[in-house]
Amino acid sequence: MYEIRLHSRGGQGGVTAAKMIAHAAILDGKYATANPFYGAERRGAAVVSFIRIDDRPVRVYSQIRNPDLVIVLDATVMETVDVLQGIKPDGTVLVNSPHPVDMKGYPTSRVDLTAIALSIGLVLAGSPILNTPLLGACAKLGLISVESAREAIRETFNDERNVQAADQAYEELVK
Amino acid sequence: MLTVATGNKAVATAVKHAKPAVVAAYPITPQTEIVEQIANFVETGEMEANYIPVESEHSSMAACIGASATGVRSFTATSSHGLVYMCEMLHWAAGARLPIVMANANRALGPGWNIWAEHSDSLSMRDTGWLQVYVGSVQEAYDATLMAFRIAEHEDVMLPVMINLDGFTLTHIMQPLETVDIGDFIPPCKIAHAIDTANPGGYGTLTPPTEHFKFRWDIERAMRDSVDVIRETEDEFARRFGRRYAPVEEYRCDDADVVVVAMGTLGKEAEVAADILRNEGIRAGSARLRWFRPFPAIDFGDKELVVIDRDYSFGYGGILARELQAAFGITPYSVIAGLGGQEVTYDDIAGFVRERKPGAEFWFGVSD
Amino acid sequence: MPEIPKEEYILRCTSACAGCSSSLVLRYVFKAAGPDSVLVVPACCTSVIQGIYPNTAMNIPVYNVAFASAAAVASGMSTAFRTMGRKTNVICYAGDGGTVDIGIQALSGALERGTDFLYICYDNEAYSNTGMQRSGGTPLGARTTTTPCGKKDNKKDLDRIVAAHNLPYMATACSAYPLDLYKKVKKALSIPGPKFIHILAPCPPGWRFPSAETIEMGKLAVKTGMWVLYEREYGTFSLNGASKAAMKKRLPVRDYLTRQGRFKGIDEETIGILQQTVDRNMDRYAREVEGIC
Repeated sequence: MYEIRLHSRGGQGGVTAAKMIAHAAILDGKYATANPFYGAERRGAAVVSFIRIDDRPVRVYSQIRNPDLVIVLDATVMETVDVLQGIKPDGTVLVNSPHPVDMKGYPTSRVDLTAIALSIGLVLAGSPILNTPLLGACAKLGLISVESAREAIRETFNDERNVQAADQAYEELVK
Repeated sequence: MLTVATGNKAVATAVKHAKPAVVAAYPITPQTEIVEQIANFVETGEMEANYIPVESEHSSMAACIGASATGVRSFTATSSHGLVYMCEMLHWAAGARLPIVMANANRALGPGWNIWAEHSDSLSMRDTGWLQVYVGSVQEAYDATLMAFRIAEHEDVMLPVMINLDGFTLTHIMQPLETVDIGDFIPPCKIAHAIDTANPGGYGTLTPPTEHFKFRWDIERAMRDSVDVIRETEDEFARRFGRRYAPVEEYRCDDADVVVVAMGTLGKEAEVAADILRNEGIRAGSARLRWFRPFPAIDFGDKELVVIDRDYSFGYGGILARELQAAFGITPYSVIAGLGGQEVTYDDIAGFVRERKPGAEFWFGVSD
Repeated sequence: MPEIPKEEYILRCTSACAGCSSSLVLRYVFKAAGPDSVLVVPACCTSVIQGIYPNTAMNIPVYNVAFASAAAVASGMSTAFRTMGRKTNVICYAGDGGTVDIGIQALSGALERGTDFLYICYDNEAYSNTGMQRSGGTPLGARTTTTPCGKKDNKKDLDRIVAAHNLPYMATACSAYPLDLYKKVKKALSIPGPKFIHILAPCPPGWRFPSAETIEMGKLAVKTGMWVLYEREYGTFSLNGASKAAMKKRLPVRDYLTRQGRFKGIDEETIGILQQTVDRNMDRYAREVEGIC
């Protein structure tokens, strides 16, 4: 079972991102679940979502304590949250950032999702949409296929620019 | 058709497929998504039902009673405070022998405000005459909702059915969902005692003790008959759609020395714990209780039991542990865990089994 | 004069008290509604009056429901009947307790969401079924078993609460004027959407007057202005029958109060307040008739 923990802020679409990643994995023929942790958080608060991908049905509902992959959608979250907590020794990190980020030596990929969203004009209520380009980055990492990433996006949003953003993130990911 | 859905979406989709004439509901976290989804189905014409936006849960059950009294299929959904607010009407629905179906997102009761999973809400309604089923996955939430209509409306049952799913843990998780073309799996709703203005009668009139007593016995008789109806329905579901359910879902129980008994998602998590324990040489299994009313007959033989209660009857004990003890004369290790959404992992459950003390009660995270 | 049907839908041998006005009211409600009707009854005197299982004195289906739930049950029932393409009248028949107190939330909800039904409150101004405890409908100064020295609070003005829902039709009536009552029920049932009729129903044992005086007590209520007969049809207000005369000239409230044991020992100050309330209400209605407010 491959376990992903996704850190974001309320309103950035992290919960929807988790659902789309799980959806894409299911479209790939795997079993997957996405369970956001629901607290009393409001817009702007640090939130966390969990994604599990496996070849067998997932029977686990609890939070992920030892992730294989940590995704950080908003780097400012790291000011208050230890995003690396419990990460597996061979775990990896994916950060939304224009610059290389030191994640205590864990292999870290980065992609500037914010710039991609802004360049295409994917802005909702003043905030760049980060979740749909994230799927492209996940595809590049091999978590999901490009086709399933596109389909999961199209099932959720009917603006084709979201798919374009994912394709761009796929190209721009720096491992 | 394979899709992905949350537990709430799965319930709403099953309700759409079951085609009730009336849905009356009041929003409450974490059930709200069910009624939003149904209201949306109705507004967009995907569903022909009438959606009644009532002003309280007491009224949502009252409106379902009114609708069902005319002989049509009705549905509502609620959670926690909403469920206990409609308590009076739950008794009324069962007493009036109306096959209403309701989904309940299991959630703790205040104070303080707590919106997360706990079974105290529905278990405190256990004596209302409703059948109660607890589900463990998004797929099961869909399947159990479809079956609930068929079971409730069966002429040998004619009692309301409550489908329970863990708040947030299951209502909000995204999992694969295989929907079906239900065909004639749920026959048209026929209620023999529906109101007939051409043949007027009194319903629920002042009833003296002798007759009242007979009516209560009728409820119990239907509850007992429902055991067979549930089995037939689950068999027929398996025959048509390939997914098999039973009142108790057993996992690696056959040769087990110790069995974890739980309801809802903790029962699924316990399966993972059993696998871990087996790797350590402990022969463990999981028995997930699905139907709580009617209470299933289970033969645990001389296996040790670790019972996890996500509930508590103050001054007595864990409800599931005590009921199993009373029904089968066993002495389980009673674990109280997961109240108010407390995190309980498969590792924690494996720990309960390793540290078990038959006859003792352990409050996870609270006891020393 | 309209022809009142000869058919009786309340059979002999009800369990009503002698001189009960609420069963008289119900007799005319049924005559106006006809057989394609269902009566939804929460806990109230009618729960008992209809008879004891397995018998019923009602020749129209009566659906008994929990105290607070009548209007909500009617919502579900009416919606279901309309879904089936049936025009069956759904009529709530509730006492003042089930309406102004415990049932007001369900009533408000059903009115707001436009339920196609008629809600009738027969008001005997106390919880009579349980032996005469105070209700929100009990008038100032009236003795009940829970206000042994006379009620210290005013009667809740239910009608203004109901009127605030802007429903297509609402009216008041009194058991002493069955023809007026019959016409109002008939009219209400001809109008789609939520309708409400508030009916004063004097209660001989509860109000403590001789059973033979039920009609007279209702007439006195109207003639003194303690009860006003009116209609609001699509917002247009009109006074009816004896209340038109009472607008110009009415008997003092003392004439009504002194005939009832429940007001025994009422002090002059309370009588004065009740008289002032009646006068003020009548002025308000007069202004409404003239279209001033």
